[in-house]
Amino acid sequence: MTQFPDDTAGEFPPPPREFTDREDRSVTVRTADEDDYEALVGMYLDFHPEDRAQGIPPSREDGIRDWLDAVTGPECPTVVAVVDGDIVGHAMLVPDQDGAYELAIFVLQAYQSAGIGTELVRTLLGLAQQEGLVRVWLTVERWNDAAVRLYHSVGFETTEESGLELEMGIRLAA
Amino acid sequence: MKLLLGVGAGDDAGAALEAVVSRAREADDDLTVAVYAGDGADRDVETVKRRVRDHLDDLRFGARVEQVDGDPGSQLVELAETGDYDRLVIPGGTRSPMGKIRLSDAAEFVLLNARSSVTLLR
Repeated sequence: MTQFPDDTAGEFPPPPREFTDREDRSVTVRTADEDDYEALVGMYLDFHPEDRAQGIPPSREDGIRDWLDAVTGPECPTVVAVVDGDIVGHAMLVPDQDGAYELAIFVLQAYQSAGIGTELVRTLLGLAQQEGLVRVWLTVERWNDAAVRLYHSVGFETTEESGLELEMGIRLAA
Repeated sequence: MKLLLGVGAGDDAGAALEAVVSRAREADDDLTVAVYAGDGADRDVETVKRRVRDHLDDLRFGARVEQVDGDPGSQLVELAETGDYDRLVIPGGTRSPMGKIRLSDAAEFVLLNARSSVTLLR
């Protein structure tokens, strides 16, 4: 059973948002809808194999489509980061069996380390707050320092660290 | 080859058995199934053991079924070494709602500590 911090995190900004990343690119983070589906397939076909984590995203197109079918849709709050009309990042929440939500985030390699991931996560949590969701969790490979730092900076706390992965959780203010 | 298949109460023992038995039949392997509780209670182990035996009967394949008590990962590694097994086979973990692969604690321990070859079933 996933654990969550007792204290709630602060306010997060809901989508849509615009900002300039550390590479001076103009980035929009907005809620995704079904019209984004093919663009997301395209983004994951471009995804760098070394950025795959815990078996996702799949590498073949049929696998990508099956996976996207399972992790997008009306019950999965989703935001995308758009630069010059192209989707370069994707973050979503997928409901688990206990009323909590699992978070994952993916940013194309050329757009990493510029602050886009942090804003994707913050905006996704803003959307979650807007929809009244409270408990959000994720797992991350222990050695993925950049991701662990990102999640900590946003307010996630480590809730389980016995294995090769860390489990982190956040409790959103109602 | 001498195979040791470890299945926990939370694993899909049926799928693991079918995968292993079909290969073992072709290769004429000698199979032992080690059943453990994992996160479950003792009575779960009894249930899994019974199911494994029934399943082996259905598949018409003869194999030993043993119970592993205590910490499953270290006990499996111990059993594989003392029993002179050539290969340890374990279920490769479950998937999170997001689709992320999650290895059990037992699988992590076996991967890091076994001296024999290890097959992770996917």
